[in-house]
This record gives sequence, structure tokens and C-alpha cells, in this order.
Amino acid sequence: MPRTLFEKLLAAHEVRRFEDGTALVLVDRVMLHERTGSLALRALAERDRRLAAPGQVFAVMDHIVSTAPGRGDTSSVPNSAAFVRAMRDAARDAGIRLFDIDDPDQGISHLVAAEQGIALPGLTMVCPDSHTCTLGALGMLAWGLGTSDCEHVLATETLRMRLPKVMQVWCSGRLPEGVTAKDLVLTLIGRYGADGGAGYHIEYAGPAVQALGMVGRFTLCNMAVEFSAFGGAVGVDATTIDYLRDRDYAPAATPAQEQRWLDWASDPDAAFDRRIEIDCNTLSPMVTWGTSPAQVLPLGVPVPDDADLRALDYMGLERGKPVADLPIDAAYIGSCTNARLDDLRAAAEVVRGRRVPAGITAMVVPGSTRVRRAAEAEGLHEVFKAAGFEWRESGCGLCFYAGGEGFAPGSRVISTTNRNFQGRQGPGVRTHLASPETVAASAVSGRIRGALGLAEAA
Amino acid sequence: MEPLIRHEGIAAALPIDNIDTDAIIPSREMSRVSRRGLGRALFANWRYRAPDDPTPDPNFVLNQPPFDGASLLVAGANFGCGSSREHAVWSLAEFGIRVIIAPSFAAIFESNCWGNGILPLRLDADIVAQLLPATADGPFVVDLETCTLAAPGFETLHFDVPARRRADLMAGADAIDQTLADGAAIAAARVRRNSLIPWAVPKTGDTP
Repeated sequence: MPRTLFEKLLAAHEVRRFEDGTALVLVDRVMLHERTGSLALRALAERDRRLAAPGQVFAVMDHIVSTAPGRGDTSSVPNSAAFVRAMRDAARDAGIRLFDIDDPDQGISHLVAAEQGIALPGLTMVCPDSHTCTLGALGMLAWGLGTSDCEHVLATETLRMRLPKVMQVWCSGRLPEGVTAKDLVLTLIGRYGADGGAGYHIEYAGPAVQALGMVGRFTLCNMAVEFSAFGGAVGVDATTIDYLRDRDYAPAATPAQEQRWLDWASDPDAAFDRRIEIDCNTLSPMVTWGTSPAQVLPLGVPVPDDADLRALDYMGLERGKPVADLPIDAAYIGSCTNARLDDLRAAAEVVRGRRVPAGITAMVVPGSTRVRRAAEAEGLHEVFKAAGFEWRESGCGLCFYAGGEGFAPGSRVISTTNRNFQGRQGPGVRTHLASPETVAASAVSGRIRGALGLAEAA
Repeated sequence: MEPLIRHEGIAAALPIDNIDTDAIIPSREMSRVSRRGLGRALFANWRYRAPDDPTPDPNFVLNQPPFDGASLLVAGANFGCGSSREHAVWSLAEFGIRVIIAPSFAAIFESNCWGNGILPLRLDADIVAQLLPATADGPFVVDLETCTLAAPGFETLHFDVPARRRADLMAGADAIDQTLADGAAIAAARVRRNSLIPWAVPKTGDTP
């Protein structure tokens, strides 16, 4: 009987099925971070509970670390050093591998897990961060959870889960030139709603997904949580296998190992509970106008006449007018959604030889220190700096405002991040989500613009 | 975890879809390495005039008597979407919320509620829409023994919740202790997994 990827992952990890349909599943990997990691580890220690599988637990510093060059333990986030030191102490006491602030492999947990081969096909993995679903792009089951559920995993190597249904998002055709995975996932959320994936684990498939590199696939899966899906995934194929070579914590990619990894994809003719299709040939660059990722339109299309007034009021917009050409105060390239090497290359290509107008803040926060080093080896940092961008250290940065650095109240920011919620990037800050190309083009225009329009205007 | 068997209290209406965990508690309010001290920060962006002005905003429902003493919320769809921060639930619990009624919840938030003694109660959207105005007419009563909700002007409403979650909430049971007692089943599953996925146990990193 053909099975979906999700069914295979569940079958390999299910310990027990309870009478109410929930399941106890084995969890193969845990990533912790400094915002909550020490709380979970300390709570275990206080109750004399041991880590069930310490070799499968890792920690990073990413959430509230400074992204300023030359950073130490203290950032401008109130009390930041206390979080950092508590995580460092708890990781040492628990004997787990920590990617500390000065580690050459530090970065946002979802990037580090992939870069290090901690995340691998066929595995289950959790992290107290909602964007853990990013890693489903490697043919695994990865999801975010709260601190208490994380304690459960640390103490038992398992978690109880309410079993989701399975949805296939079939992406037919091919993304046109200049249209990215970010535009695709924003289109999906815009069409089906911010809760369109509620109760489902979603699998992206089809020729447009097969044509994407791993970076685009990570972007797709990253925003599955913005669709309220339990998680997102892409089945393993040759692109995945290429990515898995020479990762520190991964087994050697022998032909036999590659064959085993290739099993972690849905069988042909596997049955999904729901299947939706997006014709990628017709897509174009997207930008959000509201305070939910579902409030999104193709660049240049006016805000609808029935648009949510509460969102429009916050964003300082009106019905019937387009978002395109609105003046911006800042442009932000960063986050676990869009700050990998391919993202930075694409943005650098747009800004090369251009300048950010005076008075506009533009910054790049690479998603990991590995990405930062790779970008510098290619000279991308010089391209950004010459254009007037700040080039910063890696971390979650200004994806969310934690009381430290932020944008000015009321400022309009175009951002490669994943959430445009009220106050997400600072009190009163108006965030527009878009692809790295669109953010780069807007940065050098001082207005919300697409990269294609920029090329014509030049 | 504080058990919940029967709860009677004031319900406050938040008729907004997609209320995210950044709205429930902004990240800037999570300034201590602790689960406690978060009740004051609940809905901070809506409850106070400004981040640097803690004057209560009289337009926000939780600042209006009797709703400032609410222990139930009736809200729009996809409640608790966004960040996985359990601080959102700790903040609600510390404020005194025991039950949240909505057409749907974000999965991570919903699980966090169950683990902290808050009942996330999914009801049909049209019923939630009718319950919203009823919050002005008197207290709501939720009974997990009978799985019923009583609200002013309503016939008794019956609801379904996952049986195991319900039993744990009524008993205030610790999920970790229960799972640890299932050690033999976990060990057997581990053996099965390791033969199917030998790379589930990582090799030591940083090897040359």
C-alpha cells in the first residue's frame, strides 16, 4: 500500500497510539536556544530527571544575541546576558553540544541544524521555536513546541502528538524569472488563509518544487507555520542528497546510505486527505499589505475594497491603493526564512552598483556564521556595504523585537522575514514581507519596488 | 498543574481572528529567565497606552469591569498563532484565564494550554459568534465531567475534547511521569527505529 512521507515518518517513530487518536512518538533530535533552553534544562534538573538521550540534544545562541560586529554576551535586549549565561551553564551541566556566540558554526538554530547534518531525512526533531518546520525540507518531521513539551522530550525522548491529516500542495509549472519560493508560499497563504493548513501536515511537491534548490525548499517549509500547518515537508530527491554530503553529524553519503535516504519521500499514488494545486506559471512577486501573512497581494495590485480596516489603520494604508511605490524607512534582509547564501546572492545581484538613498536604514543579518563566511568569501559583503547596507553578525536579529534594537515607531519596513504581526519588529512598526530580491530592489529605490521593474528603470 | 474539573467565571470577548502570541505577550516583556512574573504583560500592546506608558487603555476589554476579572476568553479563529513562546500561556494563566473558547487554535499554543491547566475549547464558528455577545450577560460555566458549557441565554452546549488530555487536566496529572512509566514500550520502539534509521543516533560531530 503506497504511503505518504508523513505516514512513513510516523510509522518509524510511533511508540503507542492512545484511545483518543493521539500518539506517543519518538523524537530523534532536540535543538535548544538561549531564550528558553535553560528553563527547560533547569526544570528537569530540579526534579532530578535525566536527559533521556543527551547525544541527540543540541543548543545554539540565536534569539536575542547581538548582531553587531565584535559582539559579546550582552546585546541591547534587556537582561540578554542573563539568558546567554544561563544557557551556557545549563548546556555545560547537561553535557550537550552548544554552538556559542563565538563559535564559527553559530547561527539561527534551523540553519545550524541543517548545515551540521543534525537534521537528516527520516528523523523527527523539535525545537522551542515555531519555525522548526523549516527542516521538513530535508524529508523529516520537524516542528516547534513550548517549553513544557520540550521538557517532556528531553526527559523521555518522546512526545504525545495530536495526529494531523496530510495535505499535498502540488506546485505545477515553473516559477517565472524573478519569482521565488517566498512568493510561492505567500501566494499559498494568501489564497487559503493564515489557518488554511490548520490540522494538516503539508507536503510540497510537483515540478516547481523539484526545480527549487534546498534554499528555496527551506523557505517554503519555514512558512508552513504561518499557514497554521503542523509542519511542512519535501520528499528526498537528488537535490536533497547533494545537500547532505560532508555534514559533520551526518553519516557518510555512501551509495547505500543515499539509497536509504531516498526512501523518505511519498510513494507514487500515495493518498492524501487533501490536495491543493498552485499553478506556478502564473505567479508574480508578492508583498504583504496587512498584519497577517495572508494579507498579501502581487506587487502593484491595489489593496482590496473589503480589506480589514483594523490592519489598514495599523499599516497606514487605504483601500483601493497599491502598496507598490510606498516610501520606506528601512529594508531588512535576515531570518530563518530568507538569509541563506542563495538569498544573499540574489539580493546582492539586485543592489550591485546601486545605492540606498540617504535616510533609509538597510541591513543584512546572515542566517548563520557559515553563511556569513561563505558570502564574504564571494565578496557579497562588499557589494552590500558599497550600496549602503549594514553587514552584521548572524542571529535572529530584528525578525522580532525583544526590547533591544528595533525600528522607530511608525516606520515602514520591507523585510525578508516571516511575520508582519502588529509590533513584531517594534512597537508601531509597519512590516511588509517580501522576497530578498524585492527587499533589495526596494532598499535601493527608497520605495516598495520589484527587482524586475528596477532593471527596466535602470 | 492546577486541575480543572468545573469552572465558573466571567468571560471576555476578543472577536478578532488570528490573535498571535506576539499580541498575547510581546517578546520585549520576556525580560527574565523565568516562567513567572508575566501576568502584567498579558496583551501589553493592547492593554496599555504605550510600551513606556503603563496607563491602562480603557478601550481594551480586559481593562473594563467586570472583564478585568475574566477567567474565560471567547475569541476568533486561529487563536495563538505565531511564535511557540509558552510565555503566552504562562501570562494568560497568571492573569487567571482557565478556559479559552475559539473556532480553532494554533497547534503549538493549544498543546501549551493543556500542559498549563488551561482548557482550549474548540466550538463551531457560528456558536462562538453567538457566545461573544453573551459574555455581557453573566458568567459562563464549563464542566469537564459532563463536557458541557452553560452560557447566559443558551441551552446547555455539549463539546468534545481529546479524552486523554481531558483526563490529565481533570487530574492535574504530570505527562512526563506518565510517559516515563511507559519505558518498556519506548525502549522497544527505540530498537525498531534504530534498525530502520541507524542515523537516528548521531555520530560524534567535528570529526575530521
